[in-house]
Amino acid sequence: MSGHSNYEPKTGIERWLDTRLPVVRLAYDSMIDFPTPKNLNYWWTFGGILAVCLGIQLVTGIVLAMHYVPHVDHAFASVERIMRDVNYGWLIRYMHANGASMFFIAVYIHMLRGLYYGSYKAPREVLWILGCVIYLLMMATAFMGYVLPWGQMSFHGAVVITNLFGALPIIGEPITTWLWGGFAVDNPTLNRFFSLHYLLPFMIAGVVGLHIWALHVPGNNNPTGVNVKSKEDTVPFHPYYTVKDGFAIVVFLILFATFVFYNPNALGHADNYIPGNPLVTPAHIVPEWYFLPFYAILRAVPDKLGGVLLMFGAIAVMFVLPWLDTSKVRSMRYRPTAKLYFLIFVLACLVLGYCGGQLPDDHVIPGLSTFKLLDADLNSFVWLSRVATVYYFAYFLVVLPVLGLTETPLPQPESISEPVLSHPANAPAGAAASPEKRG
Amino acid sequence: MLRKGIALAALGLAVLAAPAAHASGGALHPKHVEFSFDGPFGKFDQAQLQRGYKVYREVCSACHSMNLMYFRNLGQKGGPFYDPKYPNPNDNPYVKSIAKDYQIKDIDSETGDVIDRPGTSADRFPSPFPNEPAARASNGGALPPDLSVMAKARHNGPAYIYSLLTGYKDPPAGLKVGVGQHYNPFMAGDVTAAWSGPHDKVPPGGFIAMAPPLTAGQVTFDDGTKSSLEQQAKDVAAFIAWASEPKMEERKAFGMAAMVYLFVFAGLLYASYRKIWKNVAH
Repeated sequence: MSGHSNYEPKTGIERWLDTRLPVVRLAYDSMIDFPTPKNLNYWWTFGGILAVCLGIQLVTGIVLAMHYVPHVDHAFASVERIMRDVNYGWLIRYMHANGASMFFIAVYIHMLRGLYYGSYKAPREVLWILGCVIYLLMMATAFMGYVLPWGQMSFHGAVVITNLFGALPIIGEPITTWLWGGFAVDNPTLNRFFSLHYLLPFMIAGVVGLHIWALHVPGNNNPTGVNVKSKEDTVPFHPYYTVKDGFAIVVFLILFATFVFYNPNALGHADNYIPGNPLVTPAHIVPEWYFLPFYAILRAVPDKLGGVLLMFGAIAVMFVLPWLDTSKVRSMRYRPTAKLYFLIFVLACLVLGYCGGQLPDDHVIPGLSTFKLLDADLNSFVWLSRVATVYYFAYFLVVLPVLGLTETPLPQPESISEPVLSHPANAPAGAAASPEKRG
Repeated sequence: MLRKGIALAALGLAVLAAPAAHASGGALHPKHVEFSFDGPFGKFDQAQLQRGYKVYREVCSACHSMNLMYFRNLGQKGGPFYDPKYPNPNDNPYVKSIAKDYQIKDIDSETGDVIDRPGTSADRFPSPFPNEPAARASNGGALPPDLSVMAKARHNGPAYIYSLLTGYKDPPAGLKVGVGQHYNPFMAGDVTAAWSGPHDKVPPGGFIAMAPPLTAGQVTFDDGTKSSLEQQAKDVAAFIAWASEPKMEERKAFGMAAMVYLFVFAGLLYASYRKIWKNVAH
């Protein structure tokens, strides 16, 4: 998509097409000849894995939509009918339901890889922001998809999430009414969610196209974070990365298949097999696991509006990340202090996820009562969520801006090929000094 | 690379483990019970499904509907009355005769009158009550839940059903049980409000409107199996597990083939990867 093209049309048809619509050239340049750093590790395979996830969700989703009935009286039974009477319906539906979870596992790893190796830094800011847009669209799609079976968690989850918008002053109420298509979550809500759930994945696919375009302009980042300097540093995408990504994709599919075939309901909630009933509220409304960290942030704030703003802020902060991190060094491989803060950040996210699945007032350490601080015992999940929430934001707003100015990074290699030939751990001291002179 | 793989797997597990713990409302964890369909190779035991269906038909179905079930399901592959001689379950004579025992409400296509006609294998399991208010009126205000997907609608469903059916206990002294209510330590709920004993010793479980439905010897099994309370509870739990996931056997068998395919494919790709990258320092 950028730079010099090495494509040479070999047949008459290809030559004819190339002067009219160079689509074969585009495919050749971006998927076959594309120069890719030769030192990409397995964390880089998640882009391909995510493309496969999107493909699986689209194909299974389109088939499910052929059989699904978007009506509050029929949705639940129609989903079960797919599982019972449609040929391989159980497979299609379990792939779609577990596929959402797999999609989020992959996207979280993909994002953390970007955070660790500084893939959001210049010249890849737009690439990163497009990724954030995809993530946002994914969350909206997943939420609306979870509503469609119209089980207890579907219904009450929809009530809780749509009510969040009601916390906004003045515009809150009109927005919720508009989302609901009425004055409560009901059939119009289900209908529009189904419509949007079908639309958004194609928007995701479109933004994925832009994401790949924005990737192919500066090219891949790599584990050293050092720019590609020469042809020595790269290999053509095919066959080198098609085979490596292919291997990783199949390994990922093994994990996927373990859930689909042997534990298809492990990632869901049993209550969603109870038909949705507005008159009976489940004892414990929890979102799907991939939203739990944000749910914990929401509940960490005693004020509803504050919680909503902070929850959206947790995503918004990622959009400005490229301008928050002041370090010129991309890869944390050469930033030992940042590496430590990053590990704590990952831990904080996992802690938030765990807290999101617990009752806020329950004790973290069972049976130990400490003292009441503000509204809850210090040994409670709400306080643990608060600590982790503070760290989550501090990582973006304090650690990354300040650390880049104060830390002393390790020497970076001259080029990608250099640490390939001699691993940085074995490199003689001073061999790659003065990192500040390099980009 | 192996180290990275382990790190990757550990991260994945951590992500998955995060939501695993859900508060179970203070109820006891279900008893440990082994079923023939546990594990990746587990299959339903057809004799057990037949016994379980009999328990459902003679006991549960007096109050509990199974709206997603059709008589033909009983004769489909993997079902209690599957017979390889009748690949189309609608032809299965056993299924037909079971269906015929029921009277189904219908409209006479000639006159438009409401009529009762004998059931066919294409009919649903009839509901015990015409509507929800009728069901509540007959059960002291409580609604007996539909059992079609009950094994999926409760955490650890089959063991839960077994535990609930066998777990009724006399309420401990200090627990006030309301009229039409029964104490069961496996039922989700909170009995704190009805407890007058020590504050830190609230009994586990909750109240359930269903009286203990099964007693030893209540259902006579045609295959001579001793009809203990535990046996009946286990068999009906297995039947409901089958009804909730009638394609479980097909799923596991398909999964095995898919796994073999994926592992072989992964192996081939890894070998290709090693070969292609052999002369590239990276």
